[in-house]
Amino acid sequence: MSISEQTAAQPLNDEAQGMSYLNRLPRRIVVLYLPLLVFIIVLLFPFYWMAITAVKPNDQLTDYNNYSPFWVVKPTLDHIKYLLFETSYPGWLWNTIVVSVCATVLSLAASVFAAYAIERVRFSGSRPVGLLIFLAYLVPPSILFIPLAVIVFKFGIYDTKLALIFTYPTFLIPFCTWLLMGYFRSIPFELEESALVDGASRWQILVRVILPLAVPGLISAGIFAFTLSWNEFIYALTFIQSSENKTVPVGVLTELVRGDVFEWGSLMAGALFGSLPVVILYSFFVDYYVSSMTGAVKE
Amino acid sequence: MTMTPTAKRNSALGTMARSNTAVGLFFMLPAAVFLICFLTYPLGLGVWLGFTDAKIGRDGVFIGIENYQALANDSVFWMAVYNTVLYTFIASILKFVLGLWLAMILNEHLPFKSFFRAIILLPWVVPTVLSALAFWWIYDAQFSIISWSLMQLGWIDGPINFLGDPNNARASVIAANVWRGIPFVAISLLAGLQTIPQSLHEAASLDGATGWQRFRFITLPMLTPIIAVVMTFSVLFTFTDFQLIYVLTKGGPVNATHLMATLSFQRGIPGGQLGEGAAIAVAMIPFLLASILFSFFGLQRRKWQQGGQD
Repeated sequence: MSISEQTAAQPLNDEAQGMSYLNRLPRRIVVLYLPLLVFIIVLLFPFYWMAITAVKPNDQLTDYNNYSPFWVVKPTLDHIKYLLFETSYPGWLWNTIVVSVCATVLSLAASVFAAYAIERVRFSGSRPVGLLIFLAYLVPPSILFIPLAVIVFKFGIYDTKLALIFTYPTFLIPFCTWLLMGYFRSIPFELEESALVDGASRWQILVRVILPLAVPGLISAGIFAFTLSWNEFIYALTFIQSSENKTVPVGVLTELVRGDVFEWGSLMAGALFGSLPVVILYSFFVDYYVSSMTGAVKE
Repeated sequence: MTMTPTAKRNSALGTMARSNTAVGLFFMLPAAVFLICFLTYPLGLGVWLGFTDAKIGRDGVFIGIENYQALANDSVFWMAVYNTVLYTFIASILKFVLGLWLAMILNEHLPFKSFFRAIILLPWVVPTVLSALAFWWIYDAQFSIISWSLMQLGWIDGPINFLGDPNNARASVIAANVWRGIPFVAISLLAGLQTIPQSLHEAASLDGATGWQRFRFITLPMLTPIIAVVMTFSVLFTFTDFQLIYVLTKGGPVNATHLMATLSFQRGIPGGQLGEGAAIAVAMIPFLLASILFSFFGLQRRKWQQGGQD
């Protein structure tokens, strides 16, 4: 916590040159640019490979002698066409969108109330509850999926999108609440007090005063929650059986991979198209995403 | 407030406190319902299932610690435990070292810094399963691009059997996990590095400190609290990893790369042995607590030794 306070106290001067002027250019190339280049190539290569495989004609895909594997001659859209028109892929994409949006909205709503209650209403026992929320964040899905499968089955929502919409908040609510608590903490008490003096109810304060001020926090939490639910795999694999209810990660893995004949082209196209929505969303909100990631760690 | 009648609004302080509690609990209700139904209850149910012989489609009866006794004599289970510990240990160390290195590079004065920061996070943003599919193709036994490149360079004679040989498979999944984890560690540590004032470095180098000394006595101590939290999360994610293994090896070849999470899934869902699967999942909890406590307190202690506040 002391770190975040320090950050608030001394505004970052990101542009500060520091002592880097002491390093000469050749040294900077070896120490800085070269490792950075290697890092970036390694980190991005799988995406390049994914993209280039998705548009490679089948005869070039495994023929490394006549064609350079790193490039593509006469790119084709066959794999993508196959994916979109001959598989259930569009349906999976739609399912993923529905599930992610519903789970995110549900979690955000519940988290706003919870974070406000813990941080500002200060009811007796709010401290331990805040701690419990943090501990809940540390409970991993891979130890919960078996009992959850039993519960989902008992509730009669097995193999429906509802099973995912109701279970994703288990990891989204703790995260969002924790993040929003941090944002609410930064809103001055005076605003709330003056609203109270003016006769506003708790509800009015939350909706009219706190929420408008916490919009950046809401966006951060929302973006992060959306990508988390988009990426979720183990619950979707366990709770969904029928092809028409599957999400993209599960559908691509369980239905596009058949037997021994791997259709790498359409598989990679599936992976690419499943990644694009989150990547596009992320590219618009990079700063919010980073702040929610580092915010959760720092608090 | 909405719940108290207006007449009572200006009554004694006690009512105020009580109504606060009421309002607080009312606001907590939605989150609490979700978390109790789908988190606390399943956690308890999981522990209970571990003591039963429940199968899919049949409620189990209490059989005491039979599941755990069976696991204790199960070489596949011990292999999974070994793999999980090895996987977590090696991957976490690599992620930490490489992540810290990348963070320190990004902390320097660079052109297009925010652009680099944005693209470096991509492996973390893209769904694990989908990037793991790309790795599956990269690790293909016949047409691996890595094998091909190394063969072109003349370093190896035949394609590497990445996922078919137990040790190669372990190394390959660890590499994929490290690839995915570096961005998280790097960007989080970068946020920590940016809070370290440049003046400390300047003062130290005026006193004649070398680059390594500045790293060892300024950067590292100042960064320890953040390292503790980041590595706790990293260890937690790595220990409970499921997706990468499930995509790349499904626990094979011959159960050699099963982690506890994948073994639990294998036994519990396709195998139908809910009780045994739950027991494996529960067996992860002590390891998990131990690793969290270790990375958290192990690093936390260093902080007050360095004279920092909590």
